[in-house]
Amino acid sequence: MTINEIQDQIIDNFMLFEDDMESRLFYLMDLGKKLPEMPADHQSDEFIVKGCQSKVWLYPVYEDGKVFFEANSNTEITKGLISLLVQIWSGKTKEEILASDLYFIEKIGMGGMIGSQRSNGFASMIKKMKFYASI
Amino acid sequence: MNIQEIRAQFPILHQEVNGKPLIYFDNAATTQKPLRVIEALQEYYQLHNANIHRGAHALADRSTGFFEDTRKVVQTFIHANEVEECIFTKGVTEGINLIAQTWGRKNLQAGDEVLITHMEHHSNIVPWQMICAEKGAILKVIPVLPNGELDLNKLDDLFSVRTKMVACVWASNALGTINPIEEIIQKAHAVGAVVLIDGAQAGSHIPINVQQLDIDFLVLSGHKLYGPTGVGVLYGKRALLEKMPPYQGGGEMIKEVSFEGTTYNEIPFKYEAGTPNIGDVIAFKYALEYVNQLGKDNIIAWENQLLNTFTKGVIGLNQTYGEDAIQLIGTAKNKVAVQSFLLKNKHPFDTGMMLDALGIAVRTGHHCTQPLMKRYEIEGTVRASFAFYNTLEEVETLLAALEKMLKRR
Repeated sequence: MTINEIQDQIIDNFMLFEDDMESRLFYLMDLGKKLPEMPADHQSDEFIVKGCQSKVWLYPVYEDGKVFFEANSNTEITKGLISLLVQIWSGKTKEEILASDLYFIEKIGMGGMIGSQRSNGFASMIKKMKFYASI
Repeated sequence: MNIQEIRAQFPILHQEVNGKPLIYFDNAATTQKPLRVIEALQEYYQLHNANIHRGAHALADRSTGFFEDTRKVVQTFIHANEVEECIFTKGVTEGINLIAQTWGRKNLQAGDEVLITHMEHHSNIVPWQMICAEKGAILKVIPVLPNGELDLNKLDDLFSVRTKMVACVWASNALGTINPIEEIIQKAHAVGAVVLIDGAQAGSHIPINVQQLDIDFLVLSGHKLYGPTGVGVLYGKRALLEKMPPYQGGGEMIKEVSFEGTTYNEIPFKYEAGTPNIGDVIAFKYALEYVNQLGKDNIIAWENQLLNTFTKGVIGLNQTYGEDAIQLIGTAKNKVAVQSFLLKNKHPFDTGMMLDALGIAVRTGHHCTQPLMKRYEIEGTVRASFAFYNTLEEVETLLAALEKMLKRR
């Protein structure tokens, strides 16, 4: 699926919960649980995303001209958040990642769902992934 | 107490968050303000605003009167001997820094000891670390037992002839523990030490009589006492305040200024340099009067009922979902209505956010007590803190929300 097809699917899934914030968060945590386990030796301080209140580790793997992301977090909701980005960007080319527009964030009402502090952390994750796609 | 009547005085409580009625359990961070306080703020700016103490006009006279009225109410609230012993600050943090930088700078010498407890808020740790580093003084710490009480058996070993200051929290913001400050003050005075009591949490829950307890310095925050932000009180015994050097230089705190030298004003003005937070101080009076009107004994009785309902509820949940499903942190016998807890295998941030989704406001994190969190080998906790406007139904809603999370594990 393309980046935008995945985004549209995420939007559809979140729309099912309408404004039920509790169900949205439970769903987000469930998504986090599905994230493949990150090798322990990649969860070092070097790969911590700065600017997040929770601990978030992000490790890029470059293969066949594509970028794959491994990720983990010490809190379930944040793990759900990073799993959304992994779902969208992992396995795409650097060009696709850098050119993409993450419109799903506004569409699903992310700001209202996670609050301003976590939104800043979420922006830091995006920035870090785009950085990994730029090197 | 008629809780519904009380709630009618707090307009902020009547709103929805995430489609659910707001349940405000973050009262240890800041309390909500009764209508009279909010009205007083507006009245001040609409009708009375003028700079105080020096203006030769009607508005200045009126504002000065209102400002000094609050000081009198503060005096009665804490039972100070003299109104001049009550100084207005921005809050507890400024009060402690003021004492560390004035009393501390004058009285601490190399090798002297400052005694604090392991449950202090950062604002009662860092100012002492700073002045101790400057003076070569030593910071000593009274340990905390697993249940959140101070280890009083260690007191006699920690006091020495070099103990010059004991800075101790009355009620812990993270654990809720009410410390036996009477005993600590007696022991401190026996070795000639001066005592500063951090009353940030105690102010809204515990009756205060500085003379009876023989407190040397007491600091309070207005916003944790149903008053506006940016107002605090520093109480000090006259004999101590008069001997201390000023804190900040500027207007108000002087008697006479010349380029050759300056003489300082009398207390309390010596410590109130610059234009104070007039409007908020004036409105603060109504918060104190509101608490007086309800009565601290009634407040304590109701808040204890809220706290006991919560802790009993948690113990009940643990019987169903496993002994350690919810860990209570801070189980001292004598507590204010503050309860820290952790859900097994759940980060406090996640718990806090799930509760927020249900309209329940709690605090998560280290509560500005990182050494205390380290003592318990945890990163932080979820903290529910209750006030007199909270209801038993709200506590039941919190318990139901926690049960839902336990079920989903």
